[in-house]
Amino acid sequence: MIEGVTIYDILTLTTILFFIGVYGFLTRKNLISILISVEMILNASVVNFVIINKYLYPDVLQGVLFSIFIIAVAAAETALAVAIIINLYRQISSVEVKDTEVMKY
Amino acid sequence: MNLSSFLIMRHEVILLAVILLLVIGEIFIAQRKKNSMVHLAIFLFGIHTLIGFLAIDFGSIFGGMFHTNALIQFFKNIINIGVFILLLQSGDWLQERIVQENKGSEFFILLFSSLLGMYFMVSSGDFLMFYLGLELSTLPIAALAAYETSKRKSSESGIKFILSAALASGVALFGISMLYATSGSIYFADIIGGGVTEPNHLTILGFVLFFAGLAFKISLVPFHFWTADVYEGAPISITSYLSVISKGAAVFILMILLFTVAKSLMGIWEHIVYVLAILTMFVGNLFALRQQNMKRFLAFSSIAQAGFILLGLTTGNQLGVATVVYFILIYMFSNLAAFGVVQAISLKTGKENMKDYEGLYRTNPNLSLVMMLALFSLAGIPPVAGFFGKFFLFTAAASKGYYLLVFLAVVNVTISLYYYLLVVRAMFLRENDLAIPYFKSNLYMKIGLLMTAVGILVIGLFSPIYDYIYELSNLY
Repeated sequence: MIEGVTIYDILTLTTILFFIGVYGFLTRKNLISILISVEMILNASVVNFVIINKYLYPDVLQGVLFSIFIIAVAAAETALAVAIIINLYRQISSVEVKDTEVMKY
Repeated sequence: MNLSSFLIMRHEVILLAVILLLVIGEIFIAQRKKNSMVHLAIFLFGIHTLIGFLAIDFGSIFGGMFHTNALIQFFKNIINIGVFILLLQSGDWLQERIVQENKGSEFFILLFSSLLGMYFMVSSGDFLMFYLGLELSTLPIAALAAYETSKRKSSESGIKFILSAALASGVALFGISMLYATSGSIYFADIIGGGVTEPNHLTILGFVLFFAGLAFKISLVPFHFWTADVYEGAPISITSYLSVISKGAAVFILMILLFTVAKSLMGIWEHIVYVLAILTMFVGNLFALRQQNMKRFLAFSSIAQAGFILLGLTTGNQLGVATVVYFILIYMFSNLAAFGVVQAISLKTGKENMKDYEGLYRTNPNLSLVMMLALFSLAGIPPVAGFFGKFFLFTAAASKGYYLLVFLAVVNVTISLYYYLLVVRAMFLRENDLAIPYFKSNLYMKIGLLMTAVGILVIGLFSPIYDYIYELSNLY
């Protein structure tokens, strides 16, 4: 519990964070920025889990444990995505979305 | 925790042992004999598949995080057979291309890790295990999609897959956090036993987000944009894996979650599934009409098939479970056969377009016959298994009174018949001076294609298989 901060404030914050992430994913033109947007979505759910655990169900640490796993998996995901981006960069010398597209409808 | 309870996870333990043996094999097998890694991997996985059929205890361990029952074991055996056929079909490609680049053993380790993730996902008993299984099954596939590092398309499909998969799991996680907020537990058993009679708005919002995340994996229609590009760019065996094994496992776990955990929300997800089924069938079929590349063509056809599977999900009863599992089994054999033929031709000649298939029957009659069986089965023409799969799915939907849905599905079967027969016409009726010349595939490919052809013919006609699945499907 944090003095003077209700659960509604923090849930509003995480919801805004989530939608900033979704907006960024859809509009960014650079692969690295898209990756950062995905990280924001994941971090929004991490904060959600911790805060729900702390405010609503403080007896069992399920939410906190879940958030630790999310952070670890997100790190693996980012590493893999960056590896693929580097491989793509070596072929086309660019990380812009418009340069990567050869397959379209 | 003693040995007997540990053996409940026998599938997982043995697959892990296979992965470790392959790591050891990579160290000790000499560089110039690396082709034997392929034989070793296929042999070990064959043994693993056979052991899976032995009788086994059921139950739950790790405080309910992991549980199995007869249906889950049976499903694991199904996907084992699928992966085994896929390995046989890609043996030639691995020996000629991948082993030469000295990336053979990593391929198997990544593929089997992904399969291990699917095992854990399918038998998960809480959201944490589910999430870890989902990620373990997805991440190695992204690496495998970008596996041909010298090809530009392969990298592109890898980056498209990993970004959309990450977005999907992020959305699903946000939904899970809301479900956790309302139910106070991440265990499925607690959520079921919580006795939620009147679902509140937060539960519904969380459930919808969670459903959207899983719909990405199955490539249902508003979430299908990654499918065609990833399928076209990835190596064919990975495309085949994505469209058959990965999709099958995701459908299975979605079905279990809908029918047990989200049972109290049935009034809501019925409508979602209903609308998505119609959208998925129409969009998948209509886009498939204009494809020239065989991999993109099969990608859209597999989107349409996912729409048919949703028909079985609308029911929420034992009949629905049985028909969906039965359809996944048939769909697996049909799609593996189609992708196997595409792979054999692409490997020998590098041709992947529908035009190149003209006159194939004159030069390669056996391959064209297998392809014809596969396409008939996907389209649902009576003597082969696909007809019975679709028929049972329609029966299940009709038993709940969704006549309009069944009618639209039948319209879609007609549309799909047109484009499946386009390929058959190209192979059998068209003359072509530049037809693909006659070639011999290696033994593994022949066995793999033979197994799929036998599967397509036998599963439909041998009714005890369906009765057996129906008996197992008692979820409650």
